[in-house]
Amino acid sequence: MKLILVLLSGIVFCSAVFPTQDDELAKSIERGKMVYSENCISCHMGTGEGVTATFPPLAKSDYFMENPENGIKAVKFGLMGKIKVNGVEYDNMMPSPGLGNDEIADVMNYIMNSWGNSSEKKMITEKMVEAVEEKK
Amino acid sequence: MNKNSSVFKKYLPLALGGMLLTASVGLMSYNNGPGKSLLAESDLKVDTVATGLTMPWASALLPNGDILVTERGGKLRLVSKGKLDATPVAGIPEVWYKGQGGLLDIALHPDYKTNGWIYISYSSPKKDGEEGDDGGANTALMRAKLKGKELTDIQHLFKALPNVKGNVHFGGRIVFDKKGYVFLSLGERGQKENSQNLSKDQGKVVRLFEDGKIPTDNPFVKTAGAKPEIWTYGHRNPQGMVIHPTTGVIWEHEHGPQGGDELNIVEKGKNYGWPLITYGIDYDNSIISKDTAKAGLEQPVIFWRPSIAPCGMTFVTSDKFKDWKGDLIVGSLKFMQLQHLTVKGNKVTKREVIFDKIGRVRDVRQGWDGNIYVVLENSGKVVRISPKS
Repeated sequence: MKLILVLLSGIVFCSAVFPTQDDELAKSIERGKMVYSENCISCHMGTGEGVTATFPPLAKSDYFMENPENGIKAVKFGLMGKIKVNGVEYDNMMPSPGLGNDEIADVMNYIMNSWGNSSEKKMITEKMVEAVEEKK
Repeated sequence: MNKNSSVFKKYLPLALGGMLLTASVGLMSYNNGPGKSLLAESDLKVDTVATGLTMPWASALLPNGDILVTERGGKLRLVSKGKLDATPVAGIPEVWYKGQGGLLDIALHPDYKTNGWIYISYSSPKKDGEEGDDGGANTALMRAKLKGKELTDIQHLFKALPNVKGNVHFGGRIVFDKKGYVFLSLGERGQKENSQNLSKDQGKVVRLFEDGKIPTDNPFVKTAGAKPEIWTYGHRNPQGMVIHPTTGVIWEHEHGPQGGDELNIVEKGKNYGWPLITYGIDYDNSIISKDTAKAGLEQPVIFWRPSIAPCGMTFVTSDKFKDWKGDLIVGSLKFMQLQHLTVKGNKVTKREVIFDKIGRVRDVRQGWDGNIYVVLENSGKVVRISPKS
């Protein structure tokens, strides 16, 4: 019993001190959930379903999941004009929420790993967000 | 007396339940009121009067036909003789531009023609010594005069406290009651419980003298621990506020939770219930309150389900819209439309959507010329609605 406890605490210790990318991703998702509930939820809804023809879905969204850069751009710079998501046209406007690159990475990781979405353990990092530029 | 009160107590739940049911039916009645109005959208035209704005929030229609427009990013723009001046008006203070924050409302003093005062609200970053989160912000009110392309005589009148770090719910609407008072609506900054806390400015409508001093007849001046500027409380995020043209009472609308946007008649000292009562549920579908009504908490005139994200509102008083005189025009951010609410006394008897897909409506006002001016956030325009003939 003692041995198990020691082993267990050892594992906990190691996982806290030597985090793998999975832990990093899990932590980012956790932070991203907070970012989402403050900045995104009132339009894109609690389970990412959006409002058909008004606010596009994020859950199982082809626009978002097939090209995550679309999502980063939308959050980083805002989005205006027509887009097509899962075959439905949207012509609204998303004001840029003014998030830091770290917050954008977190909220991207949350969205990409919620409501049936999976990034297949791939993680969006602050650096990746930083590298995305606005194309006029 | 005792007997009476026990009978009263016994039947109170029943009576309240009945009232609730009646109220719900009344509140939910949709687009089916009697007396179809004669003026229709097809009798009206929309003309663009300003274009090229970046995320415009509110407009002030000057008597000479020029328009001042706030851009949420922190610039005040002048539209002169139909053209947007390339140089922003100087004198806007540092603005906290993040989330829903930024440069917000603008309103002319009722005697603008003689005194020149322009009132402006904005998200103000925390300054040294101010209460609240480092890196946080809250809504502030200033006034100034326009001299050429510059604000002069700048006076900082009020700052809502505490500062909060969150990105949401700044409220920010300014109205005058023409009795010497100015009112400012304040969002709860994402901390709903503070809407009920009289020691904080969040989720309140405040009433000030036009120079920012606090009137001694405000309702909570003598309440220990309460902020003396508070006029009403229990609001979530009020972004439409106007004075009723005949009663002089404030009508306000606020972004509620999912399915709980409200139109309220705002009266001294009253509690509008957020988050103790609401017709909506939270955006993650959790229940905020099981109650939609409680004794001592005000009911809305109407609520919107689904939410429309109301922003901007005006009473129609102009002869140009004769059949709509006394009615409300409300903007919707979410559905990018206007709603014409037929008002009878303190009730809304009919709602109709007009100019569907016009754009993300931030601001709706009646101009000196009697036409209605609408600020569209997505297309960066101000448009004028007027009768065709």
